[in-house]
Amino acid sequence: MTGTVTTASQGDGLAIETRGLTKKFGSQTAVNGIDLMVPRGSVFGFLGPNGSGKTTSIRMLLGLTQATSGTISVLGQPMPARLREVLPRVGALVEGPAFYPFLSGAANLRRLDTADRFAPRGTRRARVQGALERVGLSHAADKKVHAYSLGMKQRLGIANALILPRELLVLDEPTNGLDPQGMREVRSLVRSLAAEGTTVFVSSHLLAEVEQMCTHAAVMSAGSLVAQGTLAQLRQVGESRVHLRTPDAAGALRVLTHLGLGPAHATSDAADAVVVAPLGDTNWQPEAIVTALVAGGVRIRGFAIVEPSLEERFVALTGEGFDVVQ
Amino acid sequence: MSSSEILPQTPERVLSARAGGWDLLGSEISVLFRRRRTWAMLIAVALIPILLAVAVRLSSSTLEPGEGPPFLDRVTQNGLFVGFTAMVVAIPLFLPLTIGVVAGDTIAGEAGLGTLRYLLVAPAGRVRLLLVKYAGAALFCLVATLTLTVSGAFIGAALFPVGPVTLLSGDTISVPESLLRSLLVAAYVTVSLLGLSMIGLFFSTLTDVPVGAMAATIVVSVIAQILDVIPQLDWLHPWLFSHYWLGFADLLRQPLDLGSFGQNAIVQFCYVAVFGALAYSRFVTRDILS
Repeated sequence: MTGTVTTASQGDGLAIETRGLTKKFGSQTAVNGIDLMVPRGSVFGFLGPNGSGKTTSIRMLLGLTQATSGTISVLGQPMPARLREVLPRVGALVEGPAFYPFLSGAANLRRLDTADRFAPRGTRRARVQGALERVGLSHAADKKVHAYSLGMKQRLGIANALILPRELLVLDEPTNGLDPQGMREVRSLVRSLAAEGTTVFVSSHLLAEVEQMCTHAAVMSAGSLVAQGTLAQLRQVGESRVHLRTPDAAGALRVLTHLGLGPAHATSDAADAVVVAPLGDTNWQPEAIVTALVAGGVRIRGFAIVEPSLEERFVALTGEGFDVVQ
Repeated sequence: MSSSEILPQTPERVLSARAGGWDLLGSEISVLFRRRRTWAMLIAVALIPILLAVAVRLSSSTLEPGEGPPFLDRVTQNGLFVGFTAMVVAIPLFLPLTIGVVAGDTIAGEAGLGTLRYLLVAPAGRVRLLLVKYAGAALFCLVATLTLTVSGAFIGAALFPVGPVTLLSGDTISVPESLLRSLLVAAYVTVSLLGLSMIGLFFSTLTDVPVGAMAATIVVSVIAQILDVIPQLDWLHPWLFSHYWLGFADLLRQPLDLGSFGQNAIVQFCYVAVFGALAYSRFVTRDILS
């Protein structure tokens, strides 16, 4: 798999580890041999366009569907073999919230809490109340869920993952349906959970969201894992480039090529062109490049070294536009 | 209130906190009986003896023995027969219909709402969830038949004379004993519906569309009754889950004949075992995609 950046591999330090995880539906391969490594304590962004296999992967991690092949380990235990011991330590929001519309928000949480046989009955009400407070839903606790807005349901779904203290939170598209204010609240909630030591595995198709709250990320495209690592590692893979504004495009191209930067190309007209050239593996300092340009008689109106953005990397890995890659 | 005061702090404490599992059953029963649909069905069940008794009371013509549904001719002489008659009327269609709705909804209803994935991730445990769901459906069978029995007893006592009951065998039993027989009939009918409940649970594991599982369950109950009246298939009849549905008349004889009760229980047990195994094998390996 080209372009995959991995963190130093360590067995115990991983909250989630998969090896060759594959899921086929008939002849269609939804997830194709992914090796996911989520370090404990990280806020791990699971990025990818819609339909790239994120939710299918999450369903396998949580034992909802069976892998066609490959192995899964969650919190150091094999899944789904040790599902009964692992899942009480995991809070999850999977493919959107789902509740009984005829029950109140609090009653819904209590209902789902009874499903966990290790959840103590004595503290149930208080825990539900605490979880609702944490997502800002206390005022609507006794309202029937069919009267909830999409954003409120989303919060209730997150509250459900927080009824018990968890070692790992798996949040599938947690900001779906939230307004900007709600998104900010979710981000700060994720940060505060991470500060308490919870590993947060959050899937998203929104790059900006991942950039703002994650320490690590993995990128899915068409069922394959095309990159993973810390955000810094992911950024590094892209190339830094020289951006130069000059009326002497031809001269600039000549000088840059001479310096070994390239392939350089000029955009727009000759009177005020922008010349772009990747730094490649040359070690030129910016001032050295400018000196060489000036010495070559190139007039400089603007000069910058542009660092690669995660967005460029994301687009390069997953393609642009709305096409769902099959 | 800080979260650390109310939450157990370590996962070990959480794991050791309680090794019970009955809360889910309590929750299941409470959710089932908090639904308006459940209440609507129980009210409809209660209305069957009421409609029947009122119709008989208002009509001036007296029935000849054997006319209309069994026991109907006895209703005017003794109100305690209202419950029995209503049971005969409700068993072929209405009770299977309500059981079809409840049993068909068990797993498919959760899948349709999406709550199935949250129950399983909690984790409820797939086998535990099946058992809890079946227990809920079985409890509904009991509540539905008791509702009919109790409603029948009240309306019968209100509209008709009540006295010692003359049984099918010609013997007469006291009022308290006849009430005991009523409860025995309710128990018989409850047991009769256990096989169908498990069939409904099995269908419910096959789909994410609850209406489909409900309809399939009801259709199966109708087909079984059709097969039961085709003489060419008499070898099959003892094995149909509906074959002994109306056999509770034996409970209205003196001395009490529990033979059909036992045969019925055996047939129902076979259906519970077979369809329980099918539901299990289907559900434990199923991919939850809802």
